[in-house]
Amino acid sequence: MVMKVTSKTFIRKTKRGNILKIVREHYLRDDIGCGSLACKKCKRNGEKPLEKNPSVDNDGVPDKHYLLLDTNVVLHQIDALEDDTLKNVIILQTVLEEVKHLSHSVYKRLMDLIGNHSRCYYVFVNVYHKDTYVERVRGESPNDYNDRMIRVSALWYNKHFDGKIKVLLISSDEASKAKAINEGIPTMSLEQYVKGLNNVTLTDKLSNRNSVVEEISKEPIFPPHLTPAQIHMGIKSGKLLQGTFFASNDNFLEGNVFVEGQEKNILLQGREHLNRAINGDIVAVQMLPESEWSAPTNLVIADYDDLELENNLNNTVQPKDKHPTGRVVGIIRKKWRQYCGIIQHSVVENATRHLFVPAEKKIPKIRIETRQYDKLKDQRLIIAIDTWPRTSRYPLGHFVRSLGKIGEREAENEVILLEHDVPHSKFSDQVLACLPKETWTVTDSDFFGREDFRDLDICSVDPPGCTDIDDALHCMALKNGNFQVGVHIADVTHFIKPGTPIDLEASQRATTVYLTGRRIDMVPGLLSSNLCSLRGGEERLAFSCVWEMTPNAEIVNSSFTKSVIKSKAAMTYEQAQLIIDDQNQNTAIAIGLRQLNKFAKILKKRRLDAGALVLASPEIRFLMDSETRDPLDVEVKQLKETNSMVEEFMLLANIEVAKKIYSDFPEFAVLRRHPKPPPSNFESLIKAAAHLGVELNVDTSKDLANSLDKAVKLDNPFFNTMLRILATRCMLQAVYFASGTKTYDEFMHYGLAAPIYTHFTSPIRRYADVLVHRLLAVSIAAENTTPELLDKRKIDAICQNLNVRTRMSSYAERASVALNTHIFFRGKIRDEEGYILYVKKNALQILIPKYGLEGTLFLSPRKGQLQMVTFTYNEEEQTQRCGQVVFRTFDPVTVQLSLDSSNVQHERIVLKLVKPEIPNFSIPSSIASTTTVQQTQKNPKPCDSSSEPLCKKPKV
Amino acid sequence: MDLLSRQGLRTDGRRSDELRRISCKMGVFNQPDGSAYLEQGNTKVLAAVYGPHEIRVNRSKAPNDCAVINCQYSMATFSRSERKRRPRDNKSAELTVHLKQAMTTAIKTDLYPKSQIDIFVEVLQSDGGNYSVCVNAATLALIDAGIAMEEFVISCTSSLANGEVPLVDISHLEETLGGPSITVAILPISGKIAMLETSQRMHINHVEPVLTEAMRGCRYIYDTLNKTIKKHYEEIGGALNWGTEEYNI
Repeated sequence: MVMKVTSKTFIRKTKRGNILKIVREHYLRDDIGCGSLACKKCKRNGEKPLEKNPSVDNDGVPDKHYLLLDTNVVLHQIDALEDDTLKNVIILQTVLEEVKHLSHSVYKRLMDLIGNHSRCYYVFVNVYHKDTYVERVRGESPNDYNDRMIRVSALWYNKHFDGKIKVLLISSDEASKAKAINEGIPTMSLEQYVKGLNNVTLTDKLSNRNSVVEEISKEPIFPPHLTPAQIHMGIKSGKLLQGTFFASNDNFLEGNVFVEGQEKNILLQGREHLNRAINGDIVAVQMLPESEWSAPTNLVIADYDDLELENNLNNTVQPKDKHPTGRVVGIIRKKWRQYCGIIQHSVVENATRHLFVPAEKKIPKIRIETRQYDKLKDQRLIIAIDTWPRTSRYPLGHFVRSLGKIGEREAENEVILLEHDVPHSKFSDQVLACLPKETWTVTDSDFFGREDFRDLDICSVDPPGCTDIDDALHCMALKNGNFQVGVHIADVTHFIKPGTPIDLEASQRATTVYLTGRRIDMVPGLLSSNLCSLRGGEERLAFSCVWEMTPNAEIVNSSFTKSVIKSKAAMTYEQAQLIIDDQNQNTAIAIGLRQLNKFAKILKKRRLDAGALVLASPEIRFLMDSETRDPLDVEVKQLKETNSMVEEFMLLANIEVAKKIYSDFPEFAVLRRHPKPPPSNFESLIKAAAHLGVELNVDTSKDLANSLDKAVKLDNPFFNTMLRILATRCMLQAVYFASGTKTYDEFMHYGLAAPIYTHFTSPIRRYADVLVHRLLAVSIAAENTTPELLDKRKIDAICQNLNVRTRMSSYAERASVALNTHIFFRGKIRDEEGYILYVKKNALQILIPKYGLEGTLFLSPRKGQLQMVTFTYNEEEQTQRCGQVVFRTFDPVTVQLSLDSSNVQHERIVLKLVKPEIPNFSIPSSIASTTTVQQTQKNPKPCDSSSEPLCKKPKV
Repeated sequence: MDLLSRQGLRTDGRRSDELRRISCKMGVFNQPDGSAYLEQGNTKVLAAVYGPHEIRVNRSKAPNDCAVINCQYSMATFSRSERKRRPRDNKSAELTVHLKQAMTTAIKTDLYPKSQIDIFVEVLQSDGGNYSVCVNAATLALIDAGIAMEEFVISCTSSLANGEVPLVDISHLEETLGGPSITVAILPISGKIAMLETSQRMHINHVEPVLTEAMRGCRYIYDTLNKTIKKHYEEIGGALNWGTEEYNI
């Protein structure tokens, strides 16, 4: 039991500036165990993760031992600690708190390690233990105090085990190491310890931080950073600005700093001014005098090898349009994460120092040390940055793990998932334990509180190959001339109860991610494609919205209920369309579908009249080879009437549910809003359209919808679609939110022109729908509330996560399509119709609708290449002219597509002009040509439109 | 900030079901009829009782058949880290009413017709659970004054950590950072509830576990105080030679 009580006293400043003395009790206990199975002394030793006989295969340490880590080791070597070979580790509470304070991401990873029982980590709560608690001495810095506490605990442990088991203090700080050795604590650095293990992979994972020492003698390349105190003073006095650094996509010596509250970004140019900032970092910037301001160059520089170009840059005449320019003087918060990429090809044999090229172009190359070059050279790797000293051109990092061979589908998919932070690990045992048995069926007890809809003629309509069917429909004529229409949604919340591991996992994942050829489920497959999926002919639990509608699709009466249904048929859009069109079919399903289709048309018209937008984004589907899973052909997704039919009813259900939950829960209803885009978003679109004599009115969504409808050009049938594609890009993202956090006016869904909207209809693949289901269930008294559901702050936090995950998953899906497009074009050359999206200073941005692909056609010559023709750019009219040929936005062109594989990291689709013909620039149509990509590279054409330089040999 | 770590320890080193250290002293002043000093952790309270005596105010409205209980709750200006301006404000007026309600339940008022009992409590140092400690101190002072009671009135405050684990006898830090809390005053032998209050809206699922924990805390405080009281009277009695042969003669 509790032994002693002392008090902790400290001084704190309040927001108002008052100084307070805070006194808290601090109880010291005698019931905190040492955590070892070998110990017989500790009485109430609850958890004992430390093994009785820890293995001794370390050359440097002959005795049985446990490891006790210092804070700096955890912070810097977390990648090495995650390696399975390091076991039996003691983490002190002091260390845990320091780590939590200094780096949240490392803290999370450490907690995962502690939770993993196979790793034998034990948290020793030294601060509440009667023998290891020490009071802070007057004048002792917090750091020294923590170090002393760690040493006291290490000493206690060694005394406690009486020499039978050693407790090894692992520390990387020389000073504290010396102090510990002085006090008689066995101490070493992690490097020394790992050396004794003779494990190459583990050695590679060690942080490079300490190798800096040898380079100190070299001349510093970068100016030093200011100290945090100086930065703080500077920002307070207004001399420095704080902002987020965004590296330029194609020029590695250029970037922007976005300062909150400032209209214009601050431009950064040149290595010394960027001063080791990495994309995403929060930096302190000093403005340059106005005379040194400059403008962004439109050049592409990927490495120091391109530096000649940079020199040219300096010679250019002073640009007219000057941007505020500054330089980085310090980094306030590093946003370093782990990066995917490959090792740059090395010419020196047996070299241990290599350059790593990240997949993301905004990240600089990273220098790493490895003895496994031969094994890693053709692999996709993950690397973490350790440090960036002033003397090094590149940041120093270390190897974390390998994802697989370059070009292999699995490895490439893994890269996409990791780069977009999509949680995709297998479901844990705890999650799987929440699942019902595979043989689960609807039993009599399930009918309690549910309507029996098994006799209704319900059917589902989905895309082909869909296994997670979450919605089904029915329609039935009533005696009074009205119709009963039902939307039935899979009752996922019956299986996913709040607060269970499966619920927490699903809320983390937020959404199912559909990559081409792979689906990353939000809930385990048993639920998503079996028990929750509303399959044809099987009894399933559902959440139903049932409306009585007049023949004019006016809702007379609406009700929500939990139900049991038995879908009569699970159809594809095409099958449903055939049934509707085939007048000979007069089954109840066919009649129902026809009526639903009629209603859908009325509903759609009503919606469009209210100002809903019809936007377009080119969506494509790959036809995959069933064995190699390589894409065989591409088709643009066809939209049939039935697609729109299902969509209309889903929208209707979502809106009706939104109204219902908002009226019952005005504070914490989960809703979805789509804010109106600011007029500035439309500026460039309006300008482009105006050049073609089309006027766009963007005042309201209705005005925009009308003017888009009117914008038709007979000579360019694709013009209207192009406008819609561009208009889509002007939109803002729709987001989930808790209703109590916004005013009613802000609930507006701009795209759908609905005053209130939510997501209810896809609970199998979206977590927002799960929350909405729970709210609706409470509101119809089918279920009780839970504390979490009624907590506005928690709901809002979940919504934030959903928004981030949803956005990232759509990026991942796009990246997957791009990957497959590249695989599709391997060894192929195609001539395709395209349209000009934007006219730029040195290039044309071209959209190829057939592949949903956007590419750049360069008009100015690349470095080292000669070009016979020159183009004249007219900024006012947004045109490029060459002789008689004029390129305008929206003009159709024919281009040749091929894949440039010369840079393994960034395979790109290369565009070459075929039509209109420009002598010495365009190339002949290649329909009959059999040249391969490799050959074209050997004989470069006068104009190669690659956007990046070829991969150079590294200088080692 | 987590109120309960994964190792099951609270911010001050207690486990979720452990109360703070209790120490008390009865008869600290001579002028009032009864007085007591009680510490529960860093919350320190003085209580004084006057009476029963003749009714002094509103004599006409006073009931004929039972005693009038008069309470006053106040906080010393030095009781918090920031100096309080006034010892009594709206909040203490509210707590005064609650205190009166809890104490009236236990005092056998019908034994003291046409009389008045004054109970004054003063929080000297505040660190969470002020009201509960005041109720407990008032009980001790009433016992010291020798006023007849059904049984003790004991109070305890408890709250919830991480939305699931009930915390008993919460400190000031846990009061401010934690969610809703329940304060309950009970008559520990019969198990009757004399007063129950929640600090804010609390989900129905949480009420039972938190309330159970608070009542368990009350019973623990009862045992501790009971022992101290017995010891106290043994000492007093010892001075008068109670229980010894000399006294019997």
